[in-house]
Amino acid sequence: MERSFLEKSSDIELRLLIEAIYLKYSYDFRDYSGASVKRRVAHALRQFECATISALQERVLHDPAAFMQLLQFLTIPVSEMFRDPSHFLAIRQEVVPLLKTYPSIKIWIAGCSTGEEVYSMAILLREEGLLERTIIYATDINPASLDKAKQGIFSLENVRAYTANYQQAGGQRSFADYYTAAYDHAIFDKTLRENVTFADHSLATDSVFSETQLISCRNVLIYFNKKLQDRAFGLFHESLCHRGFLVLGSKETLDFSAYNKHFEPLVKQERIYRKS
Amino acid sequence: MNDAAANPMCGIEAIVVGASAGGVEALLSIFGDLPQAFGLPIIAVLHLPDERRSQLAEVFARRLQIPVREGQDKEVIQPGTLYFASPGYHLSVEHDRSLSLSQEDRVHHSRPAIDYLFASAGDVYGKRLLAILLTGANQDGAQGLAHVKQSGGITIVQDPDEARIAVMPRAALALHTPDHILTLSRIASLLASLESSPC
Repeated sequence: MERSFLEKSSDIELRLLIEAIYLKYSYDFRDYSGASVKRRVAHALRQFECATISALQERVLHDPAAFMQLLQFLTIPVSEMFRDPSHFLAIRQEVVPLLKTYPSIKIWIAGCSTGEEVYSMAILLREEGLLERTIIYATDINPASLDKAKQGIFSLENVRAYTANYQQAGGQRSFADYYTAAYDHAIFDKTLRENVTFADHSLATDSVFSETQLISCRNVLIYFNKKLQDRAFGLFHESLCHRGFLVLGSKETLDFSAYNKHFEPLVKQERIYRKS
Repeated sequence: MNDAAANPMCGIEAIVVGASAGGVEALLSIFGDLPQAFGLPIIAVLHLPDERRSQLAEVFARRLQIPVREGQDKEVIQPGTLYFASPGYHLSVEHDRSLSLSQEDRVHHSRPAIDYLFASAGDVYGKRLLAILLTGANQDGAQGLAHVKQSGGITIVQDPDEARIAVMPRAALALHTPDHILTLSRIASLLASLESSPC
């Protein structure tokens, strides 16, 4: 690509920081979308009260605890239960009947963040009588998010919004059946996660760990550049069984990917694909 | 032929536009005269109440001669196309001239945010960017526009005396001095003349 101007110092510093993080901690943000990473580092600079990215780099290189703090800025824990209810309704109507033909099911929720997608999927599977014969792998790169996901405790205020989502998503019971309210929190039924394995896994650096029938990776890939998206699609393709399902976030698409031909849309509007 | 330096508009590679309250009418009036063969990409953030499916692209496609779409994640930016940010997502330009979406925190209570788009486009296009900020009732876009100016781009603010809601233009003017303060009809003729101006 032609560059008609010299790189700005801050852009050089940003690249060096991302490289330093990779070399020191093996977290690979080198192929994340540039504009988003730049904004998040700028935000971190203010919180860390560092004048320059170089100063932040010095801190995180010499202080692993500071790096773990920075990691909370570099990952985006924005999630909801039954986010985009029509997506979950389509899974219930179009995917579940096919999943029911498998004697046992493995599902990978890649980039599960704080667990909202995991509990949504587990609730859906329980109502469809599939949870007992399903193993869910819930993976993320952020250990703090995984810890929160394992606890299954969400703010009651958010759970009110999730309740509306759940109902629109074809929920068959009262959403309150799945949690116990305690003060301003909702503690979700721990039997929902009996068959869930939470694990540290990076779509940027790790490889496939199991054959799966369904992979859900929602609002994760938008933070990757095209090259890293293709790496992730490659992992999903390798992990999925013959005719396995891939479900994405509502604005994510295979249209611009090298893997476009390797999947076919089942419900395109809801970003539900099948391995070709 | 004029020297390129004499007309800063001739190196323009892309246009970004931000608007909020009153923005639909304002955008229709500045894009209404663009010919089908218009050659520059236009990327726009218009604040709207959160809806899962926006009709914005359809509405504008029916009224304009140029193609109009919701910008999709990792889509390579095409010349002569108007892209709108999707409701609920920030939209940015990447160095390979593709679009990216993000669900990071709201900026000035907005997602999509004008600041988010303008800052990224300023980084990518530098002096080859034209940024336009129109009517609106909040402060979004002011910082982004100042960033575009710092990156060498050309900035235009709608004349606050004409704007349906002047808060957004005035916030921008309080932060930096744009290259032009123009009425909608002047912005429209400037856009329509962009490609025919001698370079």
